[in-house]
Amino acid sequence: MTRAGLIRAAVFFGLLLVMPFAIGPQWVMNLLIFTIMYAGLASSWNLVGGYAGYPSLGHAAFFGVGAYSVALIFRDSVGDGYAPFFVLPLIGIGAALLSVPIGWIAMRTRADVFAIVTITLLFVAQSLAYNLRDLTGGAQGMGVAVPPFPIETYTWPFYYAMLVLLAVAMGISFYFRRSKIGLSLSAVRADEDKAHGVGVHVGAVKVLAFAVSVGVVAMIGGVWAFYIGFIYPAFAVDPLITIGMVLMTFLGGRATLWGPVIGAFILVPAQQFFAYQFGASQFYLLAYAAIFLIIMLVLPRGILPTIAGRLSRWRLRRLGDVPIPDVATESDSEALAGQAADSEGKAR
Amino acid sequence: MSALLEVAGLTKRFGGVTAVNDCSFSVEQGTITALIGPNGSGKTTAFNMITGYLKADSGGIRFDGHDVRKPDPARLYRAGLSRTFQQARIFPELSVRENLVVASGFGWADLFGRRVSGRDRASANETLDEFRLGALADLRAADLSYGQRKLLEFAAVLMSKPKLVLLDEPTAGVNPVMIDTMERHVRARHAEGVTFLIVEHDMQLVMRLCDPVIVLDRGAPIASGKPAEVQANPLVVDAYLGA
Repeated sequence: MTRAGLIRAAVFFGLLLVMPFAIGPQWVMNLLIFTIMYAGLASSWNLVGGYAGYPSLGHAAFFGVGAYSVALIFRDSVGDGYAPFFVLPLIGIGAALLSVPIGWIAMRTRADVFAIVTITLLFVAQSLAYNLRDLTGGAQGMGVAVPPFPIETYTWPFYYAMLVLLAVAMGISFYFRRSKIGLSLSAVRADEDKAHGVGVHVGAVKVLAFAVSVGVVAMIGGVWAFYIGFIYPAFAVDPLITIGMVLMTFLGGRATLWGPVIGAFILVPAQQFFAYQFGASQFYLLAYAAIFLIIMLVLPRGILPTIAGRLSRWRLRRLGDVPIPDVATESDSEALAGQAADSEGKAR
Repeated sequence: MSALLEVAGLTKRFGGVTAVNDCSFSVEQGTITALIGPNGSGKTTAFNMITGYLKADSGGIRFDGHDVRKPDPARLYRAGLSRTFQQARIFPELSVRENLVVASGFGWADLFGRRVSGRDRASANETLDEFRLGALADLRAADLSYGQRKLLEFAAVLMSKPKLVLLDEPTAGVNPVMIDTMERHVRARHAEGVTFLIVEHDMQLVMRLCDPVIVLDRGAPIASGKPAEVQANPLVVDAYLGA
């Protein structure tokens, strides 16, 4: 890790660590918990949707798996209240294992077909949550036992649990970038057939990314259920959770370490702010969408990649002597046209 | 000499069009074999089937003394059969050096190791220097010119120490200097024992570089032999001029 990167991470997590001591109002704590939750979700989604370039819309299904797992285990009692947090890793591993055959099948499709296959997964999970009444309580929902945390610091354990999971998600993201897993995923995103053709273990690396990604999402879902205290199918397996992860990652910048986090820290407070401003009317959703549209118009590749691109171009101009051959030559456009024809000709 | 690659009765139909029709030929160990033919004669389709990118309707392939039952690009690549594409397929978002590392055929355990280890770096730099791409090692591959990309793709598929390299029109669309560069690199690697099978339209290059030459027409070989013999063959002249 570069020194600058280390300092950035230390400042970010240092600030968030002391935050509960600094803020009074309960609603700010609540907002921060949800912001950090979405930062964690988006960072996990980024492992598949960003690095591998597989736009999963089914991640909320695994959020639900985590949520219902916690609710089922701790329906009646949570003891001193900390047990659920220690069970989380098992839930994460369980969800990851469950996702291996699912990912293995789903990832035989690509791009938009993959998005449709995975969103189907989401609705299958939601239907199950509605209909397995004996297990999930169906539409009536199910409660989680209330932990005996002191009232003044009641939200703190949930806050720190979410923070730890964000650190886990970002740690994995960082590790992916630094290992050949990330190198292989970049190759898969750019040209999967070619990657396979130069011996990259594409199938394994895709399923690995998917499993790790949904494992973390399931753990976050578990903390969410425990925090909310009562879960319904409509909210535990919610397309809006999936959409949130995707939007935040796109906004901050796909396949970057900090992009999903920045996206979450903009969109979640904005959504809350507009919900507060416009009350119960649906205008807040319009305003929420407007922010997203404006930023994407100005910074189409997402915040971080656009800024990074501008910075490096600016640096190159200042150096002036770096030999960058002109990329947009005639032979290039021909090559691109040929490539399109080439890929049409391929059978699979 | 023995055959490194043998193709027997390879056939591929796309709807009503038979792109490759009962095609049989072999590539002898240690040769630079050319595969030529008019446009649409099935050269690239044959390449795609040999390397496992396309499933053959029928026919068999033998590589390096083994029957290839279900041709799979990754497995063949690790077994020593590399290829390049007509339109240089590189990974534009990776750096030039990473393009070589990703093609080095690393194993399962290496997945969890460093993105570019010291050893990767050393072996990639060695090849990059050989191809005079060393100065560009840290650039994004997207920033290279088209000719440089073709060179990069060629350099990258050599990272797995292949026995046989299939080049699909290595000099199409690049400048004359780059054609010479490409030829030099093929010759250098050939001298180290690598066998080549090259699809190429630049006849001057084929005549001075390759031996033997195999001519395909309508999906099947119509002639093969020394460049001069093939050039003098009336069947070949017919195929090209459509008489």
